[in-house]
Amino acid sequence: MKIALPLDEDRLSVCPVLARAPYFLFSAGGEESIEENPAAQAQGGAGMQAAQFLVDRGVTVLITPRCGENAAEVFKAAGMEIFKSANKAAADDLAAYMEGKLEALNHFHGGFHGIR
Amino acid sequence: MKIACLSGKGGAGKTFAAVNLAAVAGECCYVDCDVEEPNGRLFLKPEGLETLPVSSLLPGFDPGLCTGCKKCVDFCRFHALVYVKGKPMVFSEVCHSCGGCYLVCPTGAVREEPRTIGMLELGRHGDVSVITGVLDPGEASGIPLIREAVKRAKGLSILDCPPGSACPVMESAMDADYCLLVAEPTAFGLHNFKMVYELASLLGKECGVLINKQDAPYGPLEDFCREAGLPILERIPFDREAAECIAAGEIAAEKLPRYRELFTRLLEKIGGGL
Repeated sequence: MKIALPLDEDRLSVCPVLARAPYFLFSAGGEESIEENPAAQAQGGAGMQAAQFLVDRGVTVLITPRCGENAAEVFKAAGMEIFKSANKAAADDLAAYMEGKLEALNHFHGGFHGIR
Repeated sequence: MKIACLSGKGGAGKTFAAVNLAAVAGECCYVDCDVEEPNGRLFLKPEGLETLPVSSLLPGFDPGLCTGCKKCVDFCRFHALVYVKGKPMVFSEVCHSCGGCYLVCPTGAVREEPRTIGMLELGRHGDVSVITGVLDPGEASGIPLIREAVKRAKGLSILDCPPGSACPVMESAMDADYCLLVAEPTAFGLHNFKMVYELASLLGKECGVLINKQDAPYGPLEDFCREAGLPILERIPFDREAAECIAAGEIAAEKLPRYRELFTRLLEKIGGGL
């Protein structure tokens, strides 16, 4: 199992957006790593580019405050589970997930096209 | 000669200008490039209609030939392709039909498949050949439809462009010989007018201005045109009779002699049909 979360500039908080988050936090087998999101500055199609990045990293569980329709379609095809972030700190979300306290995300929005 | 009617702001009077120009031009083409909401036909009421479907190309994949190299995914700058579980997925509303994925595939696994996105409606209004692009509801891009519509413009043609200054406007005006910028003398109108003027300048087009719905000259617009060396060709005042014509779906130049004269003069100044 590999978990991913969008991270904000401070590299600690959950980023309110997914596809244009500056970083992603990955957690697998108790080991955590942070990588830059290649889609953060995309002119268009950030949702698909970020989704491709997460699929390529072999992510199986995604924790995010929100997710666009296009990215959700990719995650669905990849068989990824998506949970709704409930905490400000990424570490708290990870702990909450481990305790089974996070709910599945089942509302997916249309594009924001870079507007926060 | 192709004359593009443009305005940054919607509701400035592009269709009013384009339809009336076509009505006084004699033998000509009127092309409605505002494919998301084509409305020139409400006034020109074209007869003898025929319709032609228009499609855009979308990549399809042969799973037997795809090796999963992801060259197509990496090439697509719009990120319309995602490679998941051993096969590429296409997001049709993001795809710009550039054909790049088809070209970069080393094994010939990509083919281009046509998908209907709308239609061209062809008809006549007296001497005017009326070409209307009609985009299907829900389609994201009307560019291929605009391209097909403009391709059919022969001889003196009036291109009724979409509002704004983005891709569909650029596609509509790209082949024009002259850009008629329809300006509304307001602060909002001027702001968007400057944007569409910038686009027309980038395309290297000769431009002239038609000021519509003017009660008194709007200083900043007058100053801008003077400083840019943009000729103001005609001015149309607020006019109840013209508004009544439009509301009734009639063409002012066919009903009111002063509009026939105004648009004939305008066409002469642009140099169309002379």
